[in-house]
Amino acid sequence: MTEYLYFPGCSLKGAGAPYEKSLLAVFRALGLGLKEIPDWNCCGATAYLSVDAEMGVVLAARNLALAEREDGKDVVAPCSGCYLALTKAKSTIAEYPDVRAKVTDALGRAGLPYTGRAVVRHPLEVLMTDAGPERLRGRVTRPLKGLRVAPYNGCAILRPYGGVDDTHTPHVLEDLVRLVGATPVDYPHKARCCGGMLTSGVQTVGLRLVEILLDAAKAAAANAIVTTCPLCQYNLEVYQNRLRKATGKDLGIPVIYFTQMLGLAYGLDDRALGMDQLLRVPVLAAPAEVRA
Amino acid sequence: MNGTREAPRIGVYVCDCGFNILGTVDVPGVVRYAATLEGVIVAKEYKYMCSDPGQALIGKDIREQRLNRLVVASCTPTLHERTFRRVASEAGLNPFLFNAVNIREGVSWVTDDKGEATGKAKALVRAGVRRVALQEALEPRSEPVNPNVLVLGGGIAGMHAALSLANANSGAKVHLVEREPSIGGNMARFDKTFPTLDCASCILTPKMTEVKIHPNITLHSYAELVGVEGYVGNFDVTIEHKPRYVNEDLCIGCLKCVEACVYKDPRFPNAFDLGLAKRKPIYIPFPQAVPTKVLIHAEDCLHLKFGKCKDTCAEACEKDAIDFGQKPERVSLKVGSIIVSTGYKTFDARRKPQYGYGVLPNVITALEAERFLAPTGPTNGIPTLGDGRLPKKVGIIHCVGSRDRNTNAYCSKVCCMYSLKLAHLIRERTGAEVYNFYIDMRTPGKGYEEFYDQLLSEGVKVIRGRVAEVTRAALTEAERGHLIIRVEDTLAGMVRRVPVDLVVLSVGLEPQADTQELRRMLNLSCGREGFLQELHPKLAPVSTATDGIYIAGACQGPKDIPETVAQAGSAASEALALVHRGKVEIQPYTAVVDEELCSGCRVCVGMCPYDAIAYDEEKKVVHVLDVKCKGCGVCAAACPSGAMDQKHFRSELVLAEMAGVI
Repeated sequence: MTEYLYFPGCSLKGAGAPYEKSLLAVFRALGLGLKEIPDWNCCGATAYLSVDAEMGVVLAARNLALAEREDGKDVVAPCSGCYLALTKAKSTIAEYPDVRAKVTDALGRAGLPYTGRAVVRHPLEVLMTDAGPERLRGRVTRPLKGLRVAPYNGCAILRPYGGVDDTHTPHVLEDLVRLVGATPVDYPHKARCCGGMLTSGVQTVGLRLVEILLDAAKAAAANAIVTTCPLCQYNLEVYQNRLRKATGKDLGIPVIYFTQMLGLAYGLDDRALGMDQLLRVPVLAAPAEVRA
Repeated sequence: MNGTREAPRIGVYVCDCGFNILGTVDVPGVVRYAATLEGVIVAKEYKYMCSDPGQALIGKDIREQRLNRLVVASCTPTLHERTFRRVASEAGLNPFLFNAVNIREGVSWVTDDKGEATGKAKALVRAGVRRVALQEALEPRSEPVNPNVLVLGGGIAGMHAALSLANANSGAKVHLVEREPSIGGNMARFDKTFPTLDCASCILTPKMTEVKIHPNITLHSYAELVGVEGYVGNFDVTIEHKPRYVNEDLCIGCLKCVEACVYKDPRFPNAFDLGLAKRKPIYIPFPQAVPTKVLIHAEDCLHLKFGKCKDTCAEACEKDAIDFGQKPERVSLKVGSIIVSTGYKTFDARRKPQYGYGVLPNVITALEAERFLAPTGPTNGIPTLGDGRLPKKVGIIHCVGSRDRNTNAYCSKVCCMYSLKLAHLIRERTGAEVYNFYIDMRTPGKGYEEFYDQLLSEGVKVIRGRVAEVTRAALTEAERGHLIIRVEDTLAGMVRRVPVDLVVLSVGLEPQADTQELRRMLNLSCGREGFLQELHPKLAPVSTATDGIYIAGACQGPKDIPETVAQAGSAASEALALVHRGKVEIQPYTAVVDEELCSGCRVCVGMCPYDAIAYDEEKKVVHVLDVKCKGCGVCAAACPSGAMDQKHFRSELVLAEMAGVI
């Protein structure tokens, strides 16, 4: 069994719990192992990297150093923020010798050697590359026929480091939607900003960005938005009522994780996928109807 | 002879080259140092040694001080070696008793520290002095010039050069080689030309026809250069004709074969139309093609691909011109000079993914726009959208791939003007509102700024700013279904979103993809951007570092039609001057054998690429045939006993020079 090192980050242990549940369930269903990195810490994202960049890099690097102990196993970072922070740390350390010196010094004092050989990957890419489309499709027992999905990638897994999909014209998520029998809608906004931290910092700007994304998904007659990132999911889901009041537009639409979408198509239990923890869930055709 | 056996009396002349050398090298210090070197009689500094007074200074010293050796420390020998050899010669000194020391390109331009630069200059001068002391007088040789000229590339540059040469009736025959099935180049793709808006075909096709029928021009279309040997005045070139599978001598261009092809409808992308229009496997690239001969694209033809076809084309041909058995054919030509006019390719717009070329519908390149605007093009001159509608709003994005450190840093020079031309034509044909997004509007040239003014008064809109992206991600209902151009308007100081139906990307010009192979074949050099390098940017713009090879048109750098034609004329006149001179001086750097040392092993005989070494059966030694020897030095390097040497590069000279440096 292929085993990966799972780096949950704070989101998947908190507001992103449905992501963790569905991720673990889907990997299990496909016979892929996920072993949580013991004693992992904050990835260093956002606050740390903006306030003290070097400290942020050291934080991220500690996780990578822990991962190096399990040689040969790739790190799976499902949160886009973690994926970006870990990738950025790795790249920065490789590029700047002075940063590398600080990192090796700091980690060295904790008895943790850092070589930079840990490979950081996002589960979307792991599933599509390692399991592959055939295996992913083969496990489908309940094709999501009739579900019109807006595939939404967000930013951090595409830019600036990429590694998951084409930066300018991403298509992998769209391929996955097709693979489970659902219909991807034309969604040119798929790599636009979800508002990020602006939804709490500068709300007029952040919520406008959320509105644009919801508006476009509704205009494309989507029944659901599929995301790859806990922050995107949060922003797109929780402000719907507020935006309805502010704009008078009906912007209500379920926002689910791609792992939940896969789990639904695999016929996994709703609770095991954390569907009950969402504010809205997509209405699916009854399994009986699908078979008929 | 200016006694090669006398004790050396050397004059050393160190040039300031204005501040070019003086700014980094302590020239008076170098002069003082040179005066201390063995054999140096006089050492002097001057502001510009290459100037008339500078030359006079050297000449006077040679005569009055009875100098028998000359060293000038200045710029690269490619610039002024010839000048100072002449100075020596005019003062009665054998020109090969002069040595050029490069302290500009080799020292001052590439060294920052004055102390280091001065030290390096002194070392090079010391090396030059030691070398010159051992140099010997040589007599230059001359060889006749073959009057024929090879012109590579049949675009407007090559055609103009070929016709200028042919019309001179100098006895020169021109071989024009074009790799495409027709001559005409990119200009044949255009509808109108800026700034006069005259019809490109109307001025181009008469030239194409003239090339074809001119008695002094042999047109080799659908052929490529595959080999070049020799040197100025005497090049042996090999070209390869690609098979047309149609006998060019028999075909009369009636197109009955095309009509009869088993493919009833054209379905293969036509390269001339950049794939926008379709053709059959047997086709003529465009109606005005010259030569007006059909050809078969082997990969599309059923007969050539599978060997199975009803051969209706062959049946329809009344001249029996179809020849499925044709093979590539090599032809050897002898010419005295070569004009390279191989043109350019356009920037691949996919390299700027934010503009959506190849991904978004209705995003096209400027060259594609030219075809849509051409009456012979895929939409008969009326640019339409993918679904056949006329565009209502069109955005033209300048500088795609140009002035951009991520792609090409240079300005492609022609794009501002052609973008304005396209704006005018699109408005004229479709009535659309046209926006030009530019960084700087660059319109220097006769009548160019006036053309820009004219366009503004016609109502073409211009917005200053580099476009950030072209996207379908609409923010409002009004934007939905359009391509939105997002740009910072740097004059208004705001971000704009301009919804349009059609986007034209004004792609820059780049060197042809195989420029490096051509460069190696012809022994030319390329600049940083990959365009072919001229000998001197100001004073020798069409000459190259290889004598007898000239460059013209966009293969040397982006340029428009008037400039290309001017350069082609200039290259033709350089080639004609060579023909008129009738002979070229050949460097007398031939190989010599020391018969005492020669063991007769004949290693050199096999190595010599020019068949210039013969073996004397009686004396059991080899000797060099001066007439054939090109002075390449291979034999001198190969000789195991050190018997072979090359004049002017004798081992003792080179070793003395090296000892001087270290």
